[in-house]
Amino acid sequence: MRREVPKSLSDYTPLFFPAIMLIVFFVVPFSTMIAVSFFKRDPAGFYTTDFVWDNYARFLSTFFASVLGFSLMLAIVVAVCCILIAFPFTYLLVKRPRRVQTIWLVCLLSVLSLSEVIIGFAWSTLFSRTAGITNLLVAVGLMSEPQALLPGFGAVLTGMVYQALPYTILVLYPALVRFDPTLLEAARTLGASPVRAFLNVVVPALRNTIVATLIMVFVFALGSYLLPQILGRPQHWTLSVLITDQAIYQSNMPFAAAMAVFLVLISLSLVGLTLLVGRRENAG
Amino acid sequence: MSGLAIKNVTKRFGDFTAVDAINLSVPHGTFVCLLGPSGCGKTTLLRMIAGLEEPTSGAIMLDDQDITSLPTHKRNLGMVFQSLALFPHLSVGDNIAYALRIRGASREEQTRRVDELLKMVHLPGFADRPVAKLSGGQRQRVAIARALALSPKLFLLDEPLSALDAKLREAMQVELRQLQQQLGITTIVVTHDQREAMTMADLVVVMGNGKIRQAAAPIEIYRKPADAFVADFIGSTNLLDVTADSAGRATILGHAVPGLSLPAGTSKASVSIRPEDVHIAAPGGGAISGTVTFVRDLGGTIETFVEAGGSTIVAVATPRERPEVVAGQTVGVVLPPESCVVLAA
Repeated sequence: MRREVPKSLSDYTPLFFPAIMLIVFFVVPFSTMIAVSFFKRDPAGFYTTDFVWDNYARFLSTFFASVLGFSLMLAIVVAVCCILIAFPFTYLLVKRPRRVQTIWLVCLLSVLSLSEVIIGFAWSTLFSRTAGITNLLVAVGLMSEPQALLPGFGAVLTGMVYQALPYTILVLYPALVRFDPTLLEAARTLGASPVRAFLNVVVPALRNTIVATLIMVFVFALGSYLLPQILGRPQHWTLSVLITDQAIYQSNMPFAAAMAVFLVLISLSLVGLTLLVGRRENAG
Repeated sequence: MSGLAIKNVTKRFGDFTAVDAINLSVPHGTFVCLLGPSGCGKTTLLRMIAGLEEPTSGAIMLDDQDITSLPTHKRNLGMVFQSLALFPHLSVGDNIAYALRIRGASREEQTRRVDELLKMVHLPGFADRPVAKLSGGQRQRVAIARALALSPKLFLLDEPLSALDAKLREAMQVELRQLQQQLGITTIVVTHDQREAMTMADLVVVMGNGKIRQAAAPIEIYRKPADAFVADFIGSTNLLDVTADSAGRATILGHAVPGLSLPAGTSKASVSIRPEDVHIAAPGGGAISGTVTFVRDLGGTIETFVEAGGSTIVAVATPRERPEVVAGQTVGVVLPPESCVVLAA
């Protein structure tokens, strides 16, 4: 289909609304943040208009680099865990009768109605020594005495995976519902065992969906700052926690802005890299 | 016995019986068409042979080996699906080589076999193309090549040609038949198109309501249909009531048909006569008289619709024997007794 070139200004009217929304809710706040990141901090008050690289320079220390590294690693691990759990789960779910699917999806949606705070405190109870799940293990004789499973990396990971899993399933569900099951049957008639057919056919045929979901969960997990504080030790705190700390408790808006800009740039480049690799493999 | 044997196979989905106690034996190298209207159980039967459904009861034997509960991937069969089910993420060559790759064949062997198969389906040099860039007929050929990659014992096709346009479909029918004869492979095709079945099959199995209504060579099915369902489904036919008169002679629409006899002990049955066997003659004599209601001249054939005694009889003639009749005319209809097939009522 040949695309018609817009001729008059009125041809652009459909673009006005999205353009305004984009400017008001993205361009203006983001520009403000970039601007603030170059301002000079005023310890007595707030900040003064300036153009200095101090905030970025301060960021280039081993402490902040390791926090950034941990944040990215945590987000990637959460995304991978979510896909590893959600993909087979959704795959099996779409094979169930319609009614069963509806019940599962309603339950998953109800998990979304829980706030991050509630999820955090619920898991902190479940992982506690006095009232946690280890008591159940003791009761059935698998453990000798109850243990506290938090604070720790495992607890943070569990909480974040729990929070992101419903989103992952809801994003994967439409693609898997549309997936043609005869592709799988074809693989089986060609001699592939069910597991092999799943790995050779379902996973590659839905690779774009999987990559898109990975990116979504990654970005979602990158912004998490409550669960690491509730379920983790200070070394499990993400960059988002530090940004909050700088912006709200230290009143160091310029430094918080600089960290935020840095985080955005790093995650954007990671997402871009993923897409680039995906495209190259698609072509090859 | 070498070949496929289906023994008393039944498949129920809840209360619905899709396949009802079917027995069928297919000698090695036979081309079978499972023919029937939608919902008659033909696809379910094929899927059970493929191992994609498990029979509720009964057994399926391949070369004297019970394969009833053998998983699909261990059955050594090739299957072409209605949707073709080509893997969208793989090239033509990789689609065809999939089965070889699973068997752990070497790269060279894969390439050699893919080239061989592509040549066989008249698509040489297509190995590197993406599947999405192929036309309907080309995809069809790729699906066939992929199914035959391992030289399977059984070649199964589920309405393989239904997505093609009429002309291409007819060409592919001939090609598929020639390919099957060349390879000598036992082939089972599910179709609802009786022309397709007539073109390709050694053995046509007509199914209705989960049962086999008749299994015979195509021409026998056409000439000697077992019952009204088969007669009506294969080609078009005139189904007329035949009754015995006081003297015990078979009569159709009040006219005695000499040479035709009813099954012993019955006084009423139906008779099937193909439109091309019905002759239009001058009224009077031994002919049934009727009124022409419509003449459909298709160029190659001329169909005459005659209303007689409350039934409509269709006669088909070639242009050479063109009956010079027009709608409204009174004519005689001759039903040659040797062409009438008496069916049990």
